[in-house]
Amino acid sequence: MASGENGGSAGDYISHHLVNNTKELVEGSSFWTINADSVFYTILLAAIYLLFFRSVAKKATAGVPSKTQNFVEMILGFVDKQVTDVFTGSSKLVAPMALSIFIWVWLMNFMDLLPIDLLPWLGTLVGIEYMKIVPSTDLNIVFGMSFGVMLLVFYYSFTVKKPVVLGYVKEFLTHPFAAQGWLGKILLAGPNLFLNLVETLAKPVSLSLRLFGNMYAGELIFILIAVLTVNYTFADFFTAGGILVSVMQFILAFVWAVFHILIITLQAYIFMMLSVVYMNMAHETHEDH
Amino acid sequence: MSINATLVIQMVVFFAVIWITMKYIWPVILGAMEEREKKIADGLAAGDRAEKELQTAKAKVETLIIEAKDQAGQIKDQANQVATKVKDQAKNEALAEKERQLAAAEAEIEQQVNRAREQLRQQVAALAIAGTEKLISQEIDAKKHAQLLDELIAEI
Repeated sequence: MASGENGGSAGDYISHHLVNNTKELVEGSSFWTINADSVFYTILLAAIYLLFFRSVAKKATAGVPSKTQNFVEMILGFVDKQVTDVFTGSSKLVAPMALSIFIWVWLMNFMDLLPIDLLPWLGTLVGIEYMKIVPSTDLNIVFGMSFGVMLLVFYYSFTVKKPVVLGYVKEFLTHPFAAQGWLGKILLAGPNLFLNLVETLAKPVSLSLRLFGNMYAGELIFILIAVLTVNYTFADFFTAGGILVSVMQFILAFVWAVFHILIITLQAYIFMMLSVVYMNMAHETHEDH
Repeated sequence: MSINATLVIQMVVFFAVIWITMKYIWPVILGAMEEREKKIADGLAAGDRAEKELQTAKAKVETLIIEAKDQAGQIKDQANQVATKVKDQAKNEALAEKERQLAAAEAEIEQQVNRAREQLRQQVAALAIAGTEKLISQEIDAKKHAQLLDELIAEI
């Protein structure tokens, strides 16, 4: 975990690990820039997920399942149960969406558990100076997913609620405060609109920032643990203090990694469940109070 | 750490991943799972059915065995009856045969006795005639005295 050969300070090491490797698509434009490392790893992980599950699906048998199929079926069964528990409408999309989110986000979070300098070090061997390997610590990635979920939510809100389009607009203006007369309805439309706007805006933000915050903090703690020996030369590890610090670093990293296994799974699960809940809200039709 | 085009890319990939999962992964695996569930349910139902069939078959077998035993007993009784009848008949026949044989033997014996007696009588008559001839020294005309001789023979 040491990168003593860089000879940089702890601050350099930390910021070095928190900066994305960017490529400008349009010269001088800050928006038309991509975080090459995030894009690479997110697509790589999506490909791993899809290829693995597709290979299992191809060989899927209703007879005695292989161990791999059994494992995949366990995950599928778990997701399916969660979705049927929460989601009351009928949709062919929600369960596959939940599975995709769960596995994909879990894989992204799992990158956090890889030795912090392993992949960046491999990158330096092929000429990539620095990279950030955990896509879910990139705001673009988490917002990309939460906006994706919200697009689906809007699509289903407009198409499923009766009457089409107007049903959602009506819900926006008459909930959560409902009135009987037309005057009351007009008076309450403003507050209702305001509250619903806030609520709707809060959905993607809370969804993505919850994941981002947890992963970013976890990554930061791994970095801080790694910083303990950042300026060590090879000889430093064999001094009395060096041995002590190394052992302490190992224990800290180990304990945090074990704890982090829970966090990455929990965060993937929460992201999945909230998406399903939002989709369920999009499919609900409110009766008039 | 600013918002940039990565977000757009991630969103596109997100939809692609969901679409592929929805199209090629989820229905296939879930289909296999549901099919297996159905198979297992069918298997269990078939097991129950077989169990019931076994019970009825067992009951049937028991009644069949009881019936067979009854029939066997009846057949045995009948056979016994027939056997005694045959035995009695044979016995009776044998007895009748014995009587018949006995009667025949007795008749033959009587015949023989009668024949012997006849012969004896004739011999005695001849002896008597010879004796008488000698005694009276006189020839007896056989023709004249035939009646007398016959009477004599009948008396002996």
